[in-house]
Amino acid sequence: MKGWPVVVLVGLAFVGVAAAEPRGSGDLGIVIERADGSVLVVDTSARRVLGRIAGLGDLSHAAAVFSPDQRYAYVFGRDGGLSRLDLLEQRLDRRIVQAGNSIGGAISGDGRLVAVANYEPGGVRIFDAATLERVADIPAIGRDGTRSKVVGLEDYGRRRFAFSLYDAGEIWLADLADPQSPRIARFSGIGRLPYDGLVTPDGRYYLAGLFGEDGLVLLDLWQQPPQPRRILEGYGRGEEPLPVYKMPHLEGWAQAGDLLFLPAVGRHELLVVDRRQGFAEVARIAVDGQPVFAVARPDGRQVWVNFAFPANDRVQIVDVPSLATVATLNPGKAVLHIEFTPRSGEAWISARDSGSVVVFDGESLVELARLPARSPSGIFFTARANRMGF
Amino acid sequence: MPRGASLVAVLVLAAAAAGAEEPDPARQAELLHMLRQDCGSCHGMRLSGGLGPPLSPQALAGKDREALVAIVLDGVPGRPMPPWRPYLSEGEAFWLVDRLREGLR
Repeated sequence: MKGWPVVVLVGLAFVGVAAAEPRGSGDLGIVIERADGSVLVVDTSARRVLGRIAGLGDLSHAAAVFSPDQRYAYVFGRDGGLSRLDLLEQRLDRRIVQAGNSIGGAISGDGRLVAVANYEPGGVRIFDAATLERVADIPAIGRDGTRSKVVGLEDYGRRRFAFSLYDAGEIWLADLADPQSPRIARFSGIGRLPYDGLVTPDGRYYLAGLFGEDGLVLLDLWQQPPQPRRILEGYGRGEEPLPVYKMPHLEGWAQAGDLLFLPAVGRHELLVVDRRQGFAEVARIAVDGQPVFAVARPDGRQVWVNFAFPANDRVQIVDVPSLATVATLNPGKAVLHIEFTPRSGEAWISARDSGSVVVFDGESLVELARLPARSPSGIFFTARANRMGF
Repeated sequence: MPRGASLVAVLVLAAAAAGAEEPDPARQAELLHMLRQDCGSCHGMRLSGGLGPPLSPQALAGKDREALVAIVLDGVPGRPMPPWRPYLSEGEAFWLVDRLREGLR
């Protein structure tokens, strides 16, 4: 008698497996539904929604990273929630609330550690990627002794993370090779109010944007030890800055060939610097508003830009060879994010107040699909699993 | 009373009077949407804080109503808080501050 419930269970499990074809996860992704605390799991090949996973808390500001096998997404919520989603089974695998207020996170190169940047309490917490058990806690206490909000947390290969201290104006590098004793290098006096950071696709450079000054801070992570230095200093040229109705996000900002496209804060411009000329400014491109994201098409031929309120109803396309805007799209109301499929170069764009995700052909600009979503914000494809600094 | 002070008093009274003027229901809905979505970019959609401070009734307790309205309309110099004057009337700013002080449902 003892054995037969097992037989029934095995039988049911077999039926379950037989019903669904096994599938890969390389063309999957998620769309954050910020107002509902849910995400849509999407199939980018079929351009369709596979399902919805709910119960993820406050996703009003949310970001995601992926396990190296592209099966699991780790979603970082505003409320300190860290959720591990199984994309193949479209379910919430596990979830913790690890802090009071968070801004995003990163995953180590080996996929073993997930790091979260926290505003409250200010610092970085590191978790075992499989169990979400906490393995390290790095309070962000600046040189002046005060605790800082952490922004711009990025991985740069192996078990190394870079991040910035918003209030203290510092950049820290943390090496978690031994998670029990993180090795931390601190750089203070880097500038006022670093608001976000990025790592170049090769993991060599960390860049932090400053709100309190016109300029960015650059760290060459190949240098031993790295020496922070200022680039694009005084880009505002003493002009009164324009109001910023939404802070630019730096992660995923465009690198196309040797050129990096960076947001001016309080200017309606993209600043273009050349890596091979010591990050010197080589161009400024006038755009319609305060840039929030600038994303390179996978071939680097174009950069697509969205904007803060009130120009958040459009996407402008910059042609890289000529450094000129060549097209403007109006995908809907309150455009929040742009994500490209890695090979087909299709752009998925979220239009929050239109309740849609709109898919464009990246070359012809033809609209290929329009998927309903509830207040969609961030769009994250599993191809990110293979990229540093995403 | 010095002239400047009386002018300030008149302006404050005018502003307070404007505050009593409620936006119509359609505009109220727009304002609440703006509050959650656009203010929410920095203050959190649940207004529990982000890069900007929380805007809960507890967080705003003891803060001067006019001073809060001035921050909404004119921003905070040197900090990311932008001026909303181009998009809000004084009456609308007063109405929003009052909603925040009593707590959104």
